[in-house]
Amino acid sequence: MSDPGDAAVSPGSGDGRVVVDLRGIRKEFPGVVACDDANLTVRAGTIHALLGENGAGKTSLVNVLGGVYLPDDGEIWVHGRQRQFHSPADAIAAGIGMVHQEFRLVPTLTVFENVVLGSAPRYLDMGQIIERVAHLAATYSLQTDPSRPVWQLSVGERQRVEILKALWRDADVLVLDEPTAVLTPAEAADLGLTLRSMADRGRSVIYISHKLDEVLSVCDEATVLRNGVTVAQPRSLAGIDRSDLAEMMVGEAAAEIQRPTDQPSGDVVLALEGVSALSDRGLPALHSVDIDVRAGEIVGVAGVSGNGQRELAEAIAGLRPTTAGTMQLEEADITGASPRARSRAGLAYVPEDRLGVGLAPTMSVVDNAVVRSYRSMRRRMMLDLRRCEDFCRRLVERFGVQVGRVHEPVSALSGGNLQRLLLGRELTGEPKVLVAAQPTRGLDVAGIAAIQSQIVAQRAAGVGVLLISEDLDELLALSDRLIVMYEGEVAARMDPTQVTRAEVGAAMAGTAQA
Amino acid sequence: MSEDAVIGLLVATVQFATLVYLAGLGELIAERSGVLNLGVEGMMAMGAVTGFMAAIATGRPWVGFAVAALVGMATAGVHAVVSVIMGAGQVVSGLAITIGGLGFAAFIGQDAVRERADAVFTDLGIIGLADIPWAGPILFDQPPVVYLAGVLGVAAWFVLSRTRLGLALRAVGESASTTDSVGHSVTLLRTSAVLVGGAFAGAAGSFLSLYMAAGWTEGLIAGRGWIAVALVIFGAWRPGRLAAGSLLFGFTLALQPRVQTFDLTIFGLEVNTISPALLGILPFLLTVVVLIAISFRARHRPSPAPAALTLPYRREER
Repeated sequence: MSDPGDAAVSPGSGDGRVVVDLRGIRKEFPGVVACDDANLTVRAGTIHALLGENGAGKTSLVNVLGGVYLPDDGEIWVHGRQRQFHSPADAIAAGIGMVHQEFRLVPTLTVFENVVLGSAPRYLDMGQIIERVAHLAATYSLQTDPSRPVWQLSVGERQRVEILKALWRDADVLVLDEPTAVLTPAEAADLGLTLRSMADRGRSVIYISHKLDEVLSVCDEATVLRNGVTVAQPRSLAGIDRSDLAEMMVGEAAAEIQRPTDQPSGDVVLALEGVSALSDRGLPALHSVDIDVRAGEIVGVAGVSGNGQRELAEAIAGLRPTTAGTMQLEEADITGASPRARSRAGLAYVPEDRLGVGLAPTMSVVDNAVVRSYRSMRRRMMLDLRRCEDFCRRLVERFGVQVGRVHEPVSALSGGNLQRLLLGRELTGEPKVLVAAQPTRGLDVAGIAAIQSQIVAQRAAGVGVLLISEDLDELLALSDRLIVMYEGEVAARMDPTQVTRAEVGAAMAGTAQA
Repeated sequence: MSEDAVIGLLVATVQFATLVYLAGLGELIAERSGVLNLGVEGMMAMGAVTGFMAAIATGRPWVGFAVAALVGMATAGVHAVVSVIMGAGQVVSGLAITIGGLGFAAFIGQDAVRERADAVFTDLGIIGLADIPWAGPILFDQPPVVYLAGVLGVAAWFVLSRTRLGLALRAVGESASTTDSVGHSVTLLRTSAVLVGGAFAGAAGSFLSLYMAAGWTEGLIAGRGWIAVALVIFGAWRPGRLAAGSLLFGFTLALQPRVQTFDLTIFGLEVNTISPALLGILPFLLTVVVLIAISFRARHRPSPAPAALTLPYRREER
């Protein structure tokens, strides 16, 4: 958030009345305890931060409050009354408004239709409803055009529609799950103002985040979760700084990512020249991008999500047609080549969407392991199943994938194991270039460490790595060179050993010169 | 070619259009809620035979029409239970309705085949208008079901685009989880839509047995249910375009049995040499053309097809 300071000490207009009180919540999923004795106390007129690392149980806890999950144990108190939420509708009726990480919007419907869906008047008087939605939006300075279809909106606008949905239902508790993850800094600042104006009107906001500076500038109070347990509940954030919060979240000092030792880099193995491509919506997403990756180096790509990183990865993988420019892998021109041709030329690709694009969820571990190299496991016209299984077992062992049976569907695996399997599959056959998009997102600490050490090992083995990530610490620690994407262009090229986080942040916001 | 023959063709066009419009409107409602029901043909057969038998038994065509709607609804209920409530594959369930419905209708209608219908719908003959040349017989001297279909079309448009129920129905066809998250019951919405769709199909079937054919024989529906399914795609899931499409499809259906009697030459082509079988595939050909057009247009914008069509919904999947 670009506007620190003022909000950190203001107590909001709340009278200290407790609006939401979650006591001893426990929620278990097969094999995972998401919440275990989690407590959350939110007062009227405050913005309450819910902090914790990935997998600390923040999302599960608010989903219990939102009626999405039924808790296995514990009590939900709202406005001093104990409640049982059997469905999201129950929670909505109690005044809980949820803005999930994945928006719950219907793209083909208009903004106002999305806003009123579920609590519309019996007859839809268009003029009147549009006017009321516009008035509500203006009250909380949420800029939007009520009659535009949602599919035409930017991510930031969609988030405003989600907030409007909650306000339309007169929610007095608004829950936002990592709201700024998808926003530009300017949009994030606007969101901060909107939330403050809600708190000033006596509503409460539960703000899930792990961006500590943002929490300090926006929030009044905080609850910190660690491994599903509430470990701290500071009533005021005044006098608390980043490192205090970080310590509460992590417990002990977080393991520093080891910077790989310097090594001379080799020849250029991947060369992009003037590459342009369109987004899913047919708008320009990449404008004449030049990137070189040399053998034995890691080139990091930073940027706020939605600035062309996904399109860049897909264009290199051959999953998205380019509209201009050339791509070269070692000596070969791969500009118009099929994904298979690129893979044979030595390209390994770990997509952002690991269970969907990367792996086929309902297929078995074996089948997923061999889809890239099954051609070498044929016996005449048939697949040699024993060789497939052997191949899979070796892969599982080498990359430390924890599986029950190799014939069970991969959807049963945890995120970390999915990623180990996917990375392992892509790294068989000694690739020349590895393109990894968000390879550690959403993984636990052990998973992150395993994936990062594999990437470093590939670098040592002379592979050219393009690492696209939203985790700045990871990029700064692992990259030999850093590229910042902004609105589909390379906004800056930096030396990760010479820049500060703030400088990278400024480039991500489009305020630094390339 | 005589004036009477042209008027006869256009009168029949309106009636065939009504037939496929009624069934198509029901299918449109079901599909907008996200449920594909390929059982239209079977539901129409069930409606046709039971409506006919009820009309004979009571002597009242409207009783037959109402029974047909109820039986169509009950037949659709099987689809609703299997595909909406139990979440099984909609395509398989729908095909089962068509195959089973056709067979069951033939079975219970064995004795009705020989019956002569005296309790059938008669033309309404709107006073003062029915005598207008051309427009009179084509528009104002039709059976009441024709006008009812028009009223139902306007009503369906109004409900879909101007009411809370319609908004929820359109939303559940696009994204069931979103609709669930704002407190609408996915199961209730989809089940109701499928049942209403079945009622429309059953009623359409009885329009065949109680007016157009004025009798029941096995094979009476003759693929018109499938034309209704194609019509929904052709009409891009909108009631208004559905009406336009039904007139076009109705025209080819009306032309089919008559084409060989027409003594007419267009651009050097003698119309009576056109094969009726070729005309029969025209609605499907047009539907494919529309599908291709949609796929060209749909690159940068959402397809007009409901996004959640054929996708079952289960809550709390992580």
